Amino acid sequence: MKPSPFEYVCPDTLAGALDALAQDPDYSKVLAGGQSLVPMMNFRLARPERIVDINKIPDLDGFEVQGDRLRIGARTRHLSVQYTDQPGPLGNLLREAASHVGHLPIRTRGTFGGSIAHCDAASEWCLVSTLLDAEMTAQSTARGTRVIPAADFFQAIFTTALEPDEILTSVSLPILDDNWVAGIAEFARRAGDFGIVTATAAVQVVDDTITEARVCIGGVSEVPFRSAAAESALRGATWSPDAVTAAAEAAAEEVDPPSDAHGDAAYRRDLVRALLPRALGQAQKQAHEQVRKTEAG
Amino acid sequence: MTELTVPLRLYVNGERYDIRVEPRRTLADALREDCGLTGTHLGCEHGVCGACTVLLDGQPIRACLMFAVQAEDASVRTVEGLAPDDETLHPVQQAFWENHGLQCGFCTPGFLTLIAGHLEAQPDASEEELRDVLSSNLCRCTGYQNIIKATLCAQRVLQGEEDDRL
Repeated sequence: MKPSPFEYVCPDTLAGALDALAQDPDYSKVLAGGQSLVPMMNFRLARPERIVDINKIPDLDGFEVQGDRLRIGARTRHLSVQYTDQPGPLGNLLREAASHVGHLPIRTRGTFGGSIAHCDAASEWCLVSTLLDAEMTAQSTARGTRVIPAADFFQAIFTTALEPDEILTSVSLPILDDNWVAGIAEFARRAGDFGIVTATAAVQVVDDTITEARVCIGGVSEVPFRSAAAESALRGATWSPDAVTAAAEAAAEEVDPPSDAHGDAAYRRDLVRALLPRALGQAQKQAHEQVRKTEAG
Repeated sequence: MTELTVPLRLYVNGERYDIRVEPRRTLADALREDCGLTGTHLGCEHGVCGACTVLLDGQPIRACLMFAVQAEDASVRTVEGLAPDDETLHPVQQAFWENHGLQCGFCTPGFLTLIAGHLEAQPDASEEELRDVLSSNLCRCTGYQNIIKATLCAQRVLQGEEDDRL
């Protein structure tokens, strides 16, 4: 239950961290919040020989609006995301998703980018990134700066497109305009546990008609699953309980979930059926609140 | 590879500790073994149980998931740093005493630091929010009801102190 010995470096520049990583990438690990890496080291499931701590590097955290996208620094703590003042549907989705990430003492240390680079199948941030077609920016001394779309980034459980000498520096998400609404619903046996199934959805509604739809399900495959069937069931439909039920049914049919100690495939399908309407219901509630605010204002 | 200890300056409960540790030493182990502050308990050592919760610059963290070298120059507050003096308990400790918020006491230091830290940051947290925060830590004795009672009681006391100052 104690980590094996390692060499510790804590550079105060990104270039310094990239250099340290480049010396022996296969035996080095980047340490940000440490909420996944350190448990693995305590169990000796991970035994890196060099730890490159990026906590002293400036400008790796925070939020920045760049045109129609929001850039989130990779080292932004989950708690900062939970308290972000980003307006509109994207802000709502980020705050709601953050409230599902572990517990308060995990959120104070754990980071947005760390969760994405770790690529746990239950990670809320991998799910949101896949839902919104996020773009990951990675840097290395060998390759410079690369931008990797979410669809190419998440490859398998704990496996991403990041090379061992690369550091994920930021993630950018599209800022959804006010015609969009978005929601997330997760089922776990206890608050703060890894979700068994998580559903997230974003829909664009113009005059009660769904003009665009994004649906992504976690916990049914190694990486978050975009449900094309649910998206096409929603697209063009009237924003109604029937459309939501049809989309949930389509997603439940389309997924091919694993069976494990937390739940068998049929149970996970049932969770998809139950959770997608909850995610969309949360979205609809937001839409009503927006209408109320507009009318009141 | 060679394993070397490094000098480390920690500030815990307002006191400075000059120690030497291996980089792999977790903050929890450094507090217990090198600073002699055994109030911080270690349960699961992978961030689940919360027994090792301490405040780092005022925020609750898992001391088993941070290396001591990462806490250099930060302000660490442990359960030993809650009570203002030897004769007086911190309001959260007093509330645990009065509401039977503990039985065996193993998880208690983690709960006390978690609650004290959160009530300082969010004095007006709702009961729902406090319940969510309490779900961070595990207690196998009390069934949580008395911990919730104690937390709400401590919140009222702390809010009262706030009012008295105004």
